[in-house]
Amino acid sequence: MTTADLLGKILQVVMGLVVFAAIVGLLIFFIDKAPKKGRDYWQLVGFLAPAVILVAVGLIYPAIRTSILAFQTNAGDFTFDNFVWAFTQPAAIRTLINTVIWVLLVPTFATAVGLAYAVFIDRSRGEKFYKAILFMPIAISFVGASVIWKFVYEYRSGDREQIGLLNAIVVAFGGEPVQWLQTDPINTILLIVVMIWVQTGFAMVVLSAAIKGIATEQLEAAQLDGTNGWQRFTNVIVPGIRGSLVVVLTTISIATLKVFDIVRTMTAGNFNTSIVANEMYTQAFRASEIGRGSALALILFVMVLPIVIYNVNVLRKQREIR
Amino acid sequence: MSIAPPDLPVGKNRGALDSTVDAEASGYVEPKTIRVKKRLTSRTATIASIIIALLWTIPTFGLFISSFRPAELIRTTGWWTIFTNPGFTLENYQDVLLSTSSSSPQLGSYIVNSIAIALLATIIPLVFASMAAYAFAWMRFRGVGVLFVIIFALQIIPLQMALVPLLQIFSTVLRPMQAWLHDVVPIIPEQNYLPLWVAHSIFGLPLAIFLLHNFISEIPADVIEAARVDGATHGQIFFRIVLPLSVPAIASFAIFQFIWVWNDLLVALIFSGGTQDVAPLTQRLAELTGTRGQDWQLLTAAAFISIIIPLIVFFSLQRYFVRGLLAGSTKG
Repeated sequence: MTTADLLGKILQVVMGLVVFAAIVGLLIFFIDKAPKKGRDYWQLVGFLAPAVILVAVGLIYPAIRTSILAFQTNAGDFTFDNFVWAFTQPAAIRTLINTVIWVLLVPTFATAVGLAYAVFIDRSRGEKFYKAILFMPIAISFVGASVIWKFVYEYRSGDREQIGLLNAIVVAFGGEPVQWLQTDPINTILLIVVMIWVQTGFAMVVLSAAIKGIATEQLEAAQLDGTNGWQRFTNVIVPGIRGSLVVVLTTISIATLKVFDIVRTMTAGNFNTSIVANEMYTQAFRASEIGRGSALALILFVMVLPIVIYNVNVLRKQREIR
Repeated sequence: MSIAPPDLPVGKNRGALDSTVDAEASGYVEPKTIRVKKRLTSRTATIASIIIALLWTIPTFGLFISSFRPAELIRTTGWWTIFTNPGFTLENYQDVLLSTSSSSPQLGSYIVNSIAIALLATIIPLVFASMAAYAFAWMRFRGVGVLFVIIFALQIIPLQMALVPLLQIFSTVLRPMQAWLHDVVPIIPEQNYLPLWVAHSIFGLPLAIFLLHNFISEIPADVIEAARVDGATHGQIFFRIVLPLSVPAIASFAIFQFIWVWNDLLVALIFSGGTQDVAPLTQRLAELTGTRGQDWQLLTAAAFISIIIPLIVFFSLQRYFVRGLLAGSTKG
């Protein structure tokens, strides 16, 4: 980076800030000077316009357009071919199957481990520290997490000493080192592990807060009744946090369906590891198959939709109870 | 923010998640009478939690250690043998940050890019969203409620749905502007931050409006009314009353959005063009894992540089960060 480059970048940021401040200042100026007639209305428009225009142009229109593109050939004629491709081609089917595996395994394991951990550390000494440790991966980018785990999965051929932790363990127990990321189907599982590693902290924090919300009297009563830890867990704690459990499961499911960076960084979707979010990028922006990419985006949306609706319903019911 | 057990109704518009997190994040203290030991099975629980905690830290720890080991040692020995194969160097960091040879990662310019992108991509949606949130909360008009629900619902649209058409729009609308800017100010490259700023701002808006609306709508009506009676304009109320009062919500969103943009790969890949002029750190790191996949001395140091800023934010502003993150966990 030369000094000129750096100056150019700083200049861009300063100009961006100045232009943006000018736009906002002008807008507010005109809002306050709005004509007397219908003044409230003009002011409302002034306050809403920037956000509404940006969202309409940048989200609503593109989403509609993508839905149309999904049913078009590259020449613009109507077709179902993109969906036929997505549901019949072996590679595409594998992508869908992988996505289903991801969305089954990640929420289940992340929630299970997060819940167990939350229960284990509940009211223990150093709870905050324990929480921070498990939660930390959430602040790390998926790309960073991918590099971290790629290093764990690293493979060295022949008799060379293994530098990847996983292979080192395998070798220590007398096994043969494996090219983890190239070996189907274990590679998909290993990518899923990365996502679980990232998401468990989220589950743990939410569930831990929910556990603290359970009335202590309930737990004490159960204890006086002579229940053991497991019985208290299944009969008092789990029913007491059911709402939070659903929220955690659905939230992680949605995040899992959309995650793109892990597959992209670790295998780029090769070796049968692709998932819908990654394949969408590959088709639309690498292979220039706009129609197929759009169809995959639409499939992704349709997969996310029911989970979101369910999530919103649960949240609303929870709020009504309160 | 209230300090109350999560099963008490804390504020009507705050979601279940938010109130529980408040109680949790503020270190909710139990009354003395119920502060008794009631953990399930003490010994096993402790051991299990230590094992999980170790499993979760070891990968990051290995990366961290390796980034300080000489290339030769990384290539031939595992990082866990650090005591039998000792070696410490800062060369890796020097290499990725300062070296100007064309074969080195030259992360310096990408760090600048990441900061530049994240800065404006946080400020722009924040200002526009707080304006919209104020209007949604305090300007009564027919149809406004419906509009709010629509924007709220937009949060569920996956980014992937918007990318292709948005790229087309940008290349017809923003590209000429960028070219013109380059002609006028040659020091600014033709590939500049504008598309990324706009894209991130758009994608951040629905969540920002939702978060800020929850907060702004709970400002006591008396405060706003009093200002109105005193003859304050909407602009004055917004800048002098609403914004200062909303600082906690603004902080939560700002931190969440900053980290989100900093960690983003997908938007960068599509809108940045991938050159040193624009591409953020994540994109460079992803590229390096492809092209320099075996050079672990570079990858470990580069990865650590890219994750250190979010980690600092996380540890110093944990409370705001958690709140913003929980609210925005379905973003993207």
